[in-house]
Amino acid sequence: MLTSSEALAAIIGMALVTIAIKASGLLLADRLPTQGFAAAWLRHIPGAVLAALVAPAIATGSPAELVAALATGLVFIITRNLFAAMASGVLAVYLMRLWLGA
Amino acid sequence: MTQAANPFDSRRSQFLAGARACLPVAISVAAYGLVWGVLARGAGLTLTEAVLMSGLVFAGSAQFVALDLWTATPATLPIGPIVIATLIVNLRYLLLTATLRPLYPKKGVWRGALSMYLVTDENWAMTVAAMQRGGGSVAFLMGGGALAWISWMSTNLIGYGLGSAIDDPARWGLDFAFTATFLALLLGMWKGRSDLIPWLVAALAAILTSRLVDGSWHILVGGLAGSLVGAALETRKHAHQF
Repeated sequence: MLTSSEALAAIIGMALVTIAIKASGLLLADRLPTQGFAAAWLRHIPGAVLAALVAPAIATGSPAELVAALATGLVFIITRNLFAAMASGVLAVYLMRLWLGA
Repeated sequence: MTQAANPFDSRRSQFLAGARACLPVAISVAAYGLVWGVLARGAGLTLTEAVLMSGLVFAGSAQFVALDLWTATPATLPIGPIVIATLIVNLRYLLLTATLRPLYPKKGVWRGALSMYLVTDENWAMTVAAMQRGGGSVAFLMGGGALAWISWMSTNLIGYGLGSAIDDPARWGLDFAFTATFLALLLGMWKGRSDLIPWLVAALAAILTSRLVDGSWHILVGGLAGSLVGAALETRKHAHQF
């Protein structure tokens, strides 16, 4: 069985709402002013979104992610190398979880 | 003589630079792609359906939520709830793609609408980081998107083929690849003490939201809270200056 019309409808529906939202952000951006509050708001979005992305993954209640985040930050500040920072974070979280038995 | 003299050459090198920049996060995409493939088979999607969903929707978190709601029998498939859940999970992209506006020409931005298909959290983050350093371009964005698309699709297929329960990516610390990369990107965006309060507000709002509601709401809530506070502080500061 390849697929059903129901499954196809669900998948196409998912695809349409996804591209509609992604395109809307870009197309609506022009309606926003280039000065004042709205402009300052747009400028602050990237940092705020990144902070919101990572914070819950670090504050898990286990020290493993906290230590790994510190290792990542330290390596990035010293080396300014994204890949080295990522690798030390992954290694630190792996070792910490192994050590904590979690 | 220079590379920039040939638009095709510079576009190609930007595309490759974007793909290279996304390599660290592609590892995380691949780990989750593998898991999605395994779960898709378990949820009763046919191979055609799994390929169609990943290829056409191309939005990881929405696809995971869809698997939760999926039924193997077409008659009971909740089409409406699946589409609405996708809409809600993807709402955060409004914030993300709005910040990409400066990459596109002043007129005819609608021509860029379709390119938004390849925007993911990963290549968006790399591109805005490049934009803050004075770089970034549509080709850079697309290079990262193409790499993410290839890693997502290929590992979905491998996972679907393997079918059996695969180790949780968390066991190898691979779930942290995403967090570590984004944390480093965030640190790279640091411009001064005025960033501290908006970022703390975003982080706290996100932590609180993630404890209260499932899904990706914490990104939207934290992103909105932090950026609004940042804008409020900035405009108030300027009001004092003048």
